Amino acid sequence: MADLSINFAGVKSPNPFWIASGPPGNSAYQCHRAFEAGWGGVVWKTIGEAIVNQSSRYSALQLNGQRMVGFNNIELISDRAPETNFKEIREVKDRWPDRVIVASLMVETREQWHEFIKRSEDAGADAIECNFGCPHGMCERGMGSAVGQNPAVIETIAGWCAEVAEIPVIIKLTPNITDVAQPGRAAKAGGADAISLINTINSITQVNLDTFCPEPSVGGQSSHGGYCGAAVKPIALNMVETIANDPQINLPVSGIGGINTWRDAAEFIALGSTSVQVCTAVMQKGFRIVADMAEGLSDYLDSKGMQSVEELRGRALPNILNWENLNLNYARIAQIDYDKCIGCNLCHIACEDGAHQCIDLVDPAALGVGEGPGRLPGKPVPKVRDEDCVGCNLCSLVCPVDHCITMIDVENGKERLSWAEYQAGVEAGTMEPIPPHP
Amino acid sequence: MSKLKPILPKAKAREAMEEIKPAFASQEAVTEANRCLYCYDAPCIMACPTGIDIPGFIKKIAYDNVKGAARTILTANILGNSCARVCPTKVLCEGACVLEDRDHDPIDIGRLQRYATDRVLETGEQVVAVSPLKSGKKVALIGGGPASLGCAAELVRLGHEAVVFEKKEHPGGLNTYGIAYYKMKPEISLAEVEMIEKLGVEFRCGIEVGTDLAVDKILQEFDAVFLGIGLGQGRRLAIPGEDLPEVADAIDFIAEIHSQPLETVKLGKNVVVLGCGNTAIDAVSQAKRLGAESATILYRRSEEEMSAYGFEYALAKSERCEFMFQVAPVEILETNGHVSGIRLAKTDSNAQPITGSEFTVNCDHVIKALGQTKMEKTLLEWFPKLKLGAGGKIEVDPLTQETSIPGVYAGGDAANGGAEVVNAVAEGKRAALHLHQTFTGEAVTPPAQTTRYGIEPPFGSGFYEPVRVSG
Ligand SMILES: Cc1cc2nc3c(=O)[nH]c(=O)nc-3n(C[C@H](O)[C@H](O)[C@H](O)COP(=O)(O)OP(=O)(O)OC[C@H]3O[C@@H](n4cnc5c(N)ncnc54)[C@H](O)[C@@H]3O)c2cc1C
Ligand SMILES: Cc1cc2nc3c(=O)[nH]c(=O)nc-3n(C[C@H](O)[C@H](O)[C@H](O)COP(=O)(O)O)c2cc1C
Ligand code: SF4
Ligand code: SF4
Ligand code: SF4
Repeated sequence: MADLSINFAGVKSPNPFWIASGPPGNSAYQCHRAFEAGWGGVVWKTIGEAIVNQSSRYSALQLNGQRMVGFNNIELISDRAPETNFKEIREVKDRWPDRVIVASLMVETREQWHEFIKRSEDAGADAIECNFGCPHGMCERGMGSAVGQNPAVIETIAGWCAEVAEIPVIIKLTPNITDVAQPGRAAKAGGADAISLINTINSITQVNLDTFCPEPSVGGQSSHGGYCGAAVKPIALNMVETIANDPQINLPVSGIGGINTWRDAAEFIALGSTSVQVCTAVMQKGFRIVADMAEGLSDYLDSKGMQSVEELRGRALPNILNWENLNLNYARIAQIDYDKCIGCNLCHIACEDGAHQCIDLVDPAALGVGEGPGRLPGKPVPKVRDEDCVGCNLCSLVCPVDHCITMIDVENGKERLSWAEYQAGVEAGTMEPIPPHP
Repeated sequence: MSKLKPILPKAKAREAMEEIKPAFASQEAVTEANRCLYCYDAPCIMACPTGIDIPGFIKKIAYDNVKGAARTILTANILGNSCARVCPTKVLCEGACVLEDRDHDPIDIGRLQRYATDRVLETGEQVVAVSPLKSGKKVALIGGGPASLGCAAELVRLGHEAVVFEKKEHPGGLNTYGIAYYKMKPEISLAEVEMIEKLGVEFRCGIEVGTDLAVDKILQEFDAVFLGIGLGQGRRLAIPGEDLPEVADAIDFIAEIHSQPLETVKLGKNVVVLGCGNTAIDAVSQAKRLGAESATILYRRSEEEMSAYGFEYALAKSERCEFMFQVAPVEILETNGHVSGIRLAKTDSNAQPITGSEFTVNCDHVIKALGQTKMEKTLLEWFPKLKLGAGGKIEVDPLTQETSIPGVYAGGDAANGGAEVVNAVAEGKRAALHLHQTFTGEAVTPPAQTTRYGIEPPFGSGFYEPVRVSG
């Protein structure tokens, strides 16, 4: 059994699974339930001067009957008084000393930051997380993403925190920015101990076509919300990797955004996360989902012969290069397994209309493919014209049957050649330009 | 006077005949619609004789465009609602669905089709387009069954006049009078007729062509004729006792169920049905549902040789209908002029009676389901030169449905020898498309998918046989 425990900037956690700051970490009652279910840590719902929320607050993206593929909220930070939150943190910490509690904070002035950090430490928090990410409500007041979008301000506030904190300071970044490395470097420069990301993405999920009001409707009007849930995972992974691979930052990362399963968690870890945080999936399914995460990750590590989560961390990072350093001479093509093909022709139409017109529909007899599922007289089979396939993957992504279309390597005997090398070669006259695609 | 009498009271009879394939609730339909892969050049379309764009309408259901889904269906098949209920989908569209191959669970195309069209049928909203141009050409359709309805609807949509002559009180043919009640109530067929009437088709019911109106008069008055007269009477057994009052033909028994309140339908306590095609199964199932103590199929061949679909057979068995194979009727027995039993002989593997094997089965109601005769005699009286094919089918050009007599078209059971409602509609539609071409000189290009090899375009519109026709 692999060791799931982690050490995040000096904070020990029995596993990498933390509840992200949000409604599931709003109270002592919920934290007890989270820890009972097996979560390693909770990032408390952001504490600040208590605010007032609106009703309603959430909306979601539904896709082909699947609920909450993406999730959107116009909620603010905790609407409970700071003293209530700190009192409950103490209560939870006393009962669960081996688990991690991170106090998420959002205040304005240097004095307030100092005060709230002190109160967090007094309550027994293991770390603080500065919420520089909330995209709505707070930024209008010069907090949240208004801070997170301005590297200079991040550096200043990170500095205010670092100058007093005895526990690690985590800076939580907003994705609503062009280059997330900039705020990451600012956090580092300000003295932060770690970075967490992503917070939610500016969004409008849908428009009610009867009332012409986007959801969620607050008495017939709405506002920009924050987007999260499964749909944002690719964006989050990209940003996590950007931070983790930046040589100037080099800080522990807590990965957040769209995590639902052990596999999602493992991917975040492979891209450099030490801990991972989950909000929407818990809001949708409850704390119990951590059981699959722990079991799945553990079995996965075992299957790879890895002793600990640490061994997985960052394993995919070296494989992400800038585009110009990839091998121009590598080639792959699509290969169809006719024992699996059911004849939906989706690969054909995708390649025909959306890619490179190289999957023909042909007579299976003429092709010499024998029996197969749904192989009927009058029913064609798709055939890849190998010489025209550019290996884009589209058909294999579209195919509804597992392992039916495989992308296979083409042995072309060519040496590795990057775009950069190619450019240089052409410029120096040692290499012929590759003719453009006809 | 027969000794048959109604068995079940009203409520029980209705309950027993409730439809076996209930309607989808809206979320159920969307969930199912979302499962569809939206295949390209989809095999299910090829397997539908009317070539409905199945993935197209299914995705419209999924995308909250139910009206558009109904439009897609009814444009291709004006009887799309009844077909959704009565088609043997397992051997047509659903039998070709690729999800059978992936998950052993094809899309429930029939129920989705019904879901999409139910509302239109209820509200009477007209969703299919009718051409604003009027050609002034008039076509007479003899017989008001699915074949004529398919043809007439397509004709008026294309801008021609269509007049349907039907000898019965209501149009719809077997769709109104013959489909097993638990599959579809006659009201549904009549609602479809009403929709078609609203499109502009004229119906003249209660007119038996040949008797009440001479064919020559029709030929004078109309530019073309479509023969959609279906099949004739049930075949006779030619054994003693056949004319006893408790001996009926299956088609007549089923027609009674459709023309009077269920609680007044008369039947015996112990019903035997002769034959084992789909009609026999429908008859035995309905007799059992309406309260017969026993309902038994007697068939001269083996279980393997029956022509009924496997799923129909399974349905009847699940209702505790009984089956006796390899027996042939010798004589229907009587007591005081009423049926009291049937004498049977065991048969050999060639379905020939084995001498000395005779035995008797008690029964008080005999229903014959031995197939319907063709209308050769009538047809030859009307058109002495009409070419008839094997078994008395009207010979037609498979691409146009035109008979050997120019301007006379035929489709449905009369031309194909007896198939399904959907085939009748497809053939009627095909005739209409060709009539349109002869009237206007312009060919209608049916909605075509593109590149299926081996099949010349245009296709996807009922021009070709189903791809997969196996259980
Ligand atoms: C018992 C039974 C059950 C069936 N169940 C199914 C099923 O579940 N699913 C399915 O798809 N198919 C089923 N079928 C087959 C289907 O009903 C037929 O294939 C279809 O109805 C054929 O349509 P049609 O228009 O050719 O003929 P019909 O439906 O037979 O219509 C012919 C019409 O012409 C009229 N007519 C005849 N002569 C004249 C005349 N001289 N003047 C005026 N009118 C005339 C008749 O009264 C009748 O209304 C069943 C058939 C039977 C017998
Ligand atoms: C309803 C809701 C409220 C949230 N409140 C906070 C908050 O108070 N502070 C904070 O830092 N992030 C907050 N978040 C952001 C989450 O912590 C997390 O960064 C984001 O939802 C992405 O993760 P997910 O896809 O697992 O939900 C909130 C998210 C949601 C859905
Ligand atoms: S990989 Fe791309 S180019 Fe090649 S067959 Fe598939 S879709 Fe076409
Ligand atoms: S997408 Fe896959 S299953 Fe469908 S036709 Fe292509 S190879 Fe076959
Ligand atoms: S074959 Fe099945 S999955 Fe494919 S389009 Fe038709 S119904 Fe949908």
